[in-house]
Amino acid sequence: MSTFYFIAFLSIFFSILVISAKNPVHSILYLILTFFTFTVHYILMNAQFLAIVNFIVYMGAILVLFLYTLMLINLNKESEPVKPFMVKLAAVVGAGILLVALVSSLKIANHASDPLVLKNPNLGLVKNLGKVLFKEFLLPFEVSSVLLLSAMVGAVLLATKDKKEPKATI
Amino acid sequence: MEIADILIKFGLIIVIFLISLVVAMYSTYAERKVAAFFQDRVGPNRAGPWGILQPLADGGKMFLKEEIIPTNATPFLFIVGPSLAILTACIGSAVIPWGQNIVIAGKTIPLQVTDINVGILYIFGVVSLGVYGVMIGGWASNNKYSLLGAIRAASQNISYEISMGLSIIALLLVTHTLSLGEIAQQQHGWHWNVIYQPVGFILFLICAFAETNRTPFDLPECETELVGGYHTEYSSMKLGFYLFAEYINMFISSAVMVTLYWGSYNYPGMDYMNGLLGPTWGPLLGFAVMFFKVLLFIFFFMWVRWTIPRFRYDQLMDLGWKVLIPLAIANIVITACVITFL
Repeated sequence: MSTFYFIAFLSIFFSILVISAKNPVHSILYLILTFFTFTVHYILMNAQFLAIVNFIVYMGAILVLFLYTLMLINLNKESEPVKPFMVKLAAVVGAGILLVALVSSLKIANHASDPLVLKNPNLGLVKNLGKVLFKEFLLPFEVSSVLLLSAMVGAVLLATKDKKEPKATI
Repeated sequence: MEIADILIKFGLIIVIFLISLVVAMYSTYAERKVAAFFQDRVGPNRAGPWGILQPLADGGKMFLKEEIIPTNATPFLFIVGPSLAILTACIGSAVIPWGQNIVIAGKTIPLQVTDINVGILYIFGVVSLGVYGVMIGGWASNNKYSLLGAIRAASQNISYEISMGLSIIALLLVTHTLSLGEIAQQQHGWHWNVIYQPVGFILFLICAFAETNRTPFDLPECETELVGGYHTEYSSMKLGFYLFAEYINMFISSAVMVTLYWGSYNYPGMDYMNGLLGPTWGPLLGFAVMFFKVLLFIFFFMWVRWTIPRFRYDQLMDLGWKVLIPLAIANIVITACVITFL
């Protein structure tokens, strides 16, 4: 249990550093560390497959792309837009309300139904997880894959140029 | 776990680290000798007989050179870059099975540091983490050429990781397990996976070249365009770590390819030899066989480097996205159909 609290402390510590770091590249690096602590959380919960997938997908792919774009666009103080006070206030209020909603929904969920996940301590292993995903949760699984596909199609659609434009030469 | 078990594991880890480092060290020497052979030269021949002490001389020089951190660099990240590169290169060896269980003085010792049940994915994770060393180092140097090298490394790794993962999926359809120890056992005798997955192996090989930044995929350090690429600003042992990490990566990826596709420590007639040599020397022979295969792959890496010229960047991206990924997907579909219907 003490391990959990230590790792949880690290997660929160690094996430605070993410938003407080002045340099955007530094905050991405802190975000990488935050996701690493999440991986450790998964291992503590005996969910090895989720841990390693979180490692590969978030740390190995998504954050590399984040870092890549940040290095390319080279954010710094001069180009950073200064937001008006009202926008900042609205953001704080909105985020606070979201926090309250999340906490209350978690509180209700704790009483209303006991989560299925906790019944089998070995659920996180590859074989069990695959069986659960493709038997009990097949529909949500497929629907979420369609969601990902539609996001990809949307990105391709936005990125394609009009045919009237001259073809770019490299 | 008893204290003896912990000591044995510790010893095994040390031995594997030492082997990786020595192999990486002598790879630098072998690379120069192979290059010399291909270009009809002599190669290094001054330090010791046949220049055999050349890697030691190079290492000594690297350590004694002046340490330079550029004024405008980010000092902490500038040091983190090469450290991360060498760290991710070294931790990959933890899940590779180097041989069958060996019996020494009545004690059975597995020649694998840990057989986690997601071994392949662990290797994959370590590989995907490897690019951070290059990216952080390139960015922290605060140099345009370094940054370009870092960005090239990032996009190249991301592109080739996809087809690497897809080629592994086709292999998993055949093996039914993610554990490297079990995959090695399944290839007993001559039942090597390369017989069932030839296309998957070629895809994996190409991606391994791209992930280790070896020619023809060494665009992150393309010296004709980018001076030195991501390590332009580096000197002394920090540069040494980057170069060393490349050779360790080469060794580990060769070992992974041998484990996944070329039968690991298995060879035809191994049962007969094991019966002949007993439980101590038999597995050691298996280890020697595996090591021989790994060395062959390292030679292949060098052979390609001194034969094929570097790609242009758009060719690299075209190959990754328009050739390898469709081919990998077709491979998965055909493998799945064959397994289901035959």
